[in-house]
Amino acid sequence: MKVLTYAEAIREALREEMLRDHDVFLIGEDIGTWGGAYKCTVGLYEEFGPERVIDTPISEAAIMGAGIGAALMGLRPVAEIMYMDFIPLALEQILNHAAKMHFMSGGQLRVPLTIRTQYSLGRAYGPQHSQFFPSWFMNMPGIFLALPSTPSDAKGLLKSAIRAENPTVFIECAGLYHRFKGPVPEEEYIIPFGKAEIKRTGKDVTVIAISRMVHEALATANELEKRNISVEVVDPRTLIPLDKNTIINSVKKTGHVVVASDDTKTGGICAEILSVINEEAFEYLDAPMKRVSAPDMPAPSSCELEKQYIPNKDNLVKAIIDIL
Amino acid sequence: MPSITEIKSIEPSEFQKFSLSNERLVHMLKTLVKINRFEEKVEELHLVRGLLIGPAHLCSGEEAIATGVISALKPQDLVLSTHRGHGHAIAKDIPIKLIMAELFGKVNGVCKGLGGSMHVGIYTEKGGLYASAIVGSQIPIAVGAGLAIKSKKRDNIVVCFFGDGATNTGAFHEGLNMASVLKVPVIFVCENNQFAMSMRADASIAARSIAERAAFSYNVPTFVADGNDVLTVYKATLRAIKDIEKTGGPVFMECRTYRMKGHSVHSQPKANEEWEAWKKRDPVTLFRDKLVNAEIITESKFEAIWEEIDAEIEDAISFAVESPILPFEELEKFVYAGGWKE
Repeated sequence: MKVLTYAEAIREALREEMLRDHDVFLIGEDIGTWGGAYKCTVGLYEEFGPERVIDTPISEAAIMGAGIGAALMGLRPVAEIMYMDFIPLALEQILNHAAKMHFMSGGQLRVPLTIRTQYSLGRAYGPQHSQFFPSWFMNMPGIFLALPSTPSDAKGLLKSAIRAENPTVFIECAGLYHRFKGPVPEEEYIIPFGKAEIKRTGKDVTVIAISRMVHEALATANELEKRNISVEVVDPRTLIPLDKNTIINSVKKTGHVVVASDDTKTGGICAEILSVINEEAFEYLDAPMKRVSAPDMPAPSSCELEKQYIPNKDNLVKAIIDIL
Repeated sequence: MPSITEIKSIEPSEFQKFSLSNERLVHMLKTLVKINRFEEKVEELHLVRGLLIGPAHLCSGEEAIATGVISALKPQDLVLSTHRGHGHAIAKDIPIKLIMAELFGKVNGVCKGLGGSMHVGIYTEKGGLYASAIVGSQIPIAVGAGLAIKSKKRDNIVVCFFGDGATNTGAFHEGLNMASVLKVPVIFVCENNQFAMSMRADASIAARSIAERAAFSYNVPTFVADGNDVLTVYKATLRAIKDIEKTGGPVFMECRTYRMKGHSVHSQPKANEEWEAWKKRDPVTLFRDKLVNAEIITESKFEAIWEEIDAEIEDAISFAVESPILPFEELEKFVYAGGWKE
């Protein structure tokens, strides 16, 4: 095992896939000589040249459309939308075209497109550069949705996304890019979609955590261990497809559930996971389920206010104590 | 300085120069008639025979654009079409029985009945790459297709159709700019039929013309053609292709025409003076007269073509009516393509 930052792991995945498959290319804003707003593509322009690392104008709809068009032709574009908050500018292309093309062409068209983006919550970037809204993509049948929490997951899932025959929205967490390091296998590997990982085993309560909240959940588990509460942390890793089995098996074991995510609470991703458990494992629950999310308001830019806004370990501890 | 070139028609004396054999000219005429008769039948199927429901945006009066552009292409060239796309599909040689079955929502349709009237241009076997029902959104997608051709060093080109209304969308402006910056082999063909639903082009486009928009804002060489004269459109397309061969592209074409029917089959246009004036310039009649005068075809031969095509369309209707629908249980398998590239 080697130790990489989350950003380095992403760069490795991109580089390896570009070396492996000449159909893979990158398209987005400032990903070339600049190396990406968060330096995830540093060195790739120099290595692969301007035809495979394409710097574009500030035109999110055209970036996405160009990615879709190239994907229709059999290429494997990785289109980068610099901040998740800019996704709405390209959303029409994702929702109406990428997601629906295979279906509405009666299976003729394939869109092997990877859409990389990131959310910057926790970096005092303010309401228009911090939002996390993965649930939007849950209403777009035809899209895969991956949200890695660690460098090894980021690398393995990104490689899967690039090889997938379907469009994948791949949401990274900017707060993890350079601050978070983790072990990554030396050898070639991919992580298949629809396989959750139990990041920590436990027996009293299941915390299903998304992206950055996986780390808050692990910190929570450490803290509660001292109070003899055993927390199991499940990271779905992909929300579409969702590994219901791993989630339900964990619920069967613990009988207690908290779902944790950085998105705003109402209509958010936690609600969907709770619904799945409600429909498929209700009889195993010993207490009502809880969710830990951001409050229903835009992220404030003031650093101190943002700290209070972001769901954290203390919120998780409280939620768990409430239901145990 | 970006160029705007107004294209003049091809006169019979020049047919040879443009490799327009009699056979080729008659084929173009047949395509015009086929599109025209297809649209008339679709209208009848909706309004008289009551066999079709849902949307149908007819391209009556605009037949010469699809025909003229696509006649100048090679079979492997790719076409992106619009919600008003029956004509593009027919000109691209997509079998009309498959188009008709799609209109009927049947499994034998080009898209297995999952796309419908606004997506009949999707038929990859014949180079029908895509058809968007969202106005303008196919423009950036065409840029990506062009990018792929460029990167794979293939020698085909992409044609992207859209209407005057699309030139007011963000997708048009982002797409044209990016196409010009990335130099992709795409012909952008604006079918300026003067209307975006009820909105008139002259009341909604701030530029002096659509051609100026493309040429001056995005530095794309632009050709202007009479969209009701199939040979002018054909000639403009040949010029556009030559331009792409020289520069790598892109090229823009504004084809000026008129929407003779309503926005959709369910709305009727008002027959005013303007409508009457354009009616006199019906693309099928104009071209028929040209070929009759040049003694390439006789009136009676034309009648025979008309009848032959009507029979073919009636066969297509029977085929569509008799086709089954896709079982609902099978829909799920079309949501995801499945599989991973090894």
